[in-house]
Amino acid sequence: MNKDQGTRGWVKDCSTRRTLHVMGCTVVLCFSLGYFWSMSNYTWQETPVKIFNTVRKIYSKPQILRPPNRTHLLENLLEIELPRMIYAKPQVLKPPRNDVLMMTPWFAPIVWEGTYNLDILNEQFRQRNVTVGLTVFAIKKYVVFLKTFLETAEMYFMVGHKVNYYIFTDRPQEVPKVELKEGRNVVVLQVQNYSRWQEISMRRMEMINHFSKKQFINEVDYLVCVDVDMRFNDLVGVEILSNLFGTLHPGFYGAERQSFTYERHPASQAYVPHDEGDFYYAGGFFGGTIKEVYKLSKKCHEAIMVDKDKRIEAIWQEESHLNKYFVYHKPTKILSPEYVWDDNMGRPEILRKRRFLAVPKNHAAIRNK
Amino acid sequence: MAIRKVHVLGLVLAAGVIGFLGIPRFRQPMGQPAGQADLDETFSVLPRLSYPQPFVDKPQRTDVLVMSPWLAPIMWEGTFNRDILNAQYRQKSLVVGVATFAIKKYIRFIQGFIGSANKYFLSGHRVNFYLFTDHPEKVPAMELASEKHLFIIPVQNYSRWQDISMNRMDIISNYIRSRWRYEVDYLYSMDIDLQMFEHIGVEIVDTLVGTISSWQYTKPRDSNSYERRPESQAAIPSGEGDFYYAASFNGGSVSEVYKLTTACFKGVTEDRANGIEAKWHEESHLNKYLLYHKPTRLLSPEYYWDEELGQPPIVKVKRLSSVRKNLQEVRY
Repeated sequence: MNKDQGTRGWVKDCSTRRTLHVMGCTVVLCFSLGYFWSMSNYTWQETPVKIFNTVRKIYSKPQILRPPNRTHLLENLLEIELPRMIYAKPQVLKPPRNDVLMMTPWFAPIVWEGTYNLDILNEQFRQRNVTVGLTVFAIKKYVVFLKTFLETAEMYFMVGHKVNYYIFTDRPQEVPKVELKEGRNVVVLQVQNYSRWQEISMRRMEMINHFSKKQFINEVDYLVCVDVDMRFNDLVGVEILSNLFGTLHPGFYGAERQSFTYERHPASQAYVPHDEGDFYYAGGFFGGTIKEVYKLSKKCHEAIMVDKDKRIEAIWQEESHLNKYFVYHKPTKILSPEYVWDDNMGRPEILRKRRFLAVPKNHAAIRNK
Repeated sequence: MAIRKVHVLGLVLAAGVIGFLGIPRFRQPMGQPAGQADLDETFSVLPRLSYPQPFVDKPQRTDVLVMSPWLAPIMWEGTFNRDILNAQYRQKSLVVGVATFAIKKYIRFIQGFIGSANKYFLSGHRVNFYLFTDHPEKVPAMELASEKHLFIIPVQNYSRWQDISMNRMDIISNYIRSRWRYEVDYLYSMDIDLQMFEHIGVEIVDTLVGTISSWQYTKPRDSNSYERRPESQAAIPSGEGDFYYAASFNGGSVSEVYKLTTACFKGVTEDRANGIEAKWHEESHLNKYLLYHKPTRLLSPEYYWDEELGQPPIVKVKRLSSVRKNLQEVRY
């Protein structure tokens, strides 16, 4: 660079430099403004006018957008519109049943035969295109129950809807081949076994929790978790589905809360005091959305582990922990004992249907083997 | 050297543009689908509560229907425990909005409505009252509880009272879209010529809520005042219908009320274009909507009791009642 060129170049540089500096500052200013604007907290534009100790807010043009914690989407909303349907009109003064409690004090329906119209419910769920997962544990000799379980489920469980049967077993080769209807699948999940039947029973919570996060959340909308040593005897359909549901234990639906077999040792995580508790729920039939079942199983499994560390085992294993959970996280729907029954308990009048029945078994022969 | 500086400034310019436009969009992604991240959010537990045990074989009310055939609870006195409901509600920090209209002579009802609502409506919980009026300067000053807020919104009036009534749907739908979806979680539409006499609490808060009319709850289906002319968008064929719902008090989640008001007003507009007006105006359209989009919760006639009716034994509590008035005088 010789001096002449340098001088001319320097003069050009000078004005260019100033322009560039101005441009640069403007840009940095814009960038900062944009950044801080997006980071600030928003409030509604209000013109408060104090008159007689009342602040009257006149709703003028709101300048600013959303407050950080609340936004409801109005786009792409799910539209469920029922078709024309013909059925008997519900009568405000004539309840279909007055021998049973149809609803809990926190508005969870209690599902009894005669209280619901399955056609309406089927249509609502069909339009939502739901898939239901049914989990069942067939560990060690319990594989022997699978054939009857699956065959009767094919006849009665969620008829007309999509179903995935999740079979947890340590003997995948012994899972029977059962003919399935359209839209239904069997998924075999190989898991470890434990020596004590109580341990097997309690570890179900851990396994349900683990697979909910890993797999079920991507495959189904609802999870139904049941015992395997049972058979379906009548329709069990979408009337059971809700965010979180439990089933009334057939042995305790008429009992006083003091006689519920809750865990009563304060040292256990499953402890429920004598003056609390709504119902005694059966450990063999519960469920809900994946999110709710995940939360329930996580809480129960953690509680079981805390007890284990202190060498405590709740009186009815995971059923005790389930019952504790339901005291402080009320279910949004409850299934009547129609949904878990043992014919050894007779046929009371209150029970118009027996939908899911215990299969007779020799406890000594089948457990721990 | 000039070239190098230009490069640097070009980069800074680009960064500025991106920062200005891009950061807000990245910070709040729209419509994130529920996924694995949602599973591990913290969840709260109910406190210890003391109340009598519910018994499965001892229903509290056998004289009335407490649940619809699609398993929607119906609110009647004696069937619910407000302590449990309040404890559950408080876990969620929700805000409820109430939209009400006081046009022309209906201004006179404001004091009674807002005053009684301040005392009895969702007592102890946050509520935003949105009062639409054509005379904002005439709204009386009222003292409200700290968790209750009153917003006064100027609006035009119409010459026909039926038009005022029907256009409420359009106004509500617009306000949800533009503002309320950011302010409240649940929204209720209520007439202004009402007063509350008993607590109306969080039992009303659910996804889509309708009130069973106090005039028609005993009537058989074909005597219900549905619109029957097939030319109207609000027509319900004979042989169909669950209940007759009162337009004076309905609501639900913001998105459900948006769908309802948009659909109803669309029906009103189509009817107007065809030169027809439904028998009970927007109430007819509401009834059609709630027949094919079942409410998730129903309010018994306790929640809107017409003052002209007596008090039959099944109505143990009159929570919300219309104010006695001369219809001819106040409407025209």
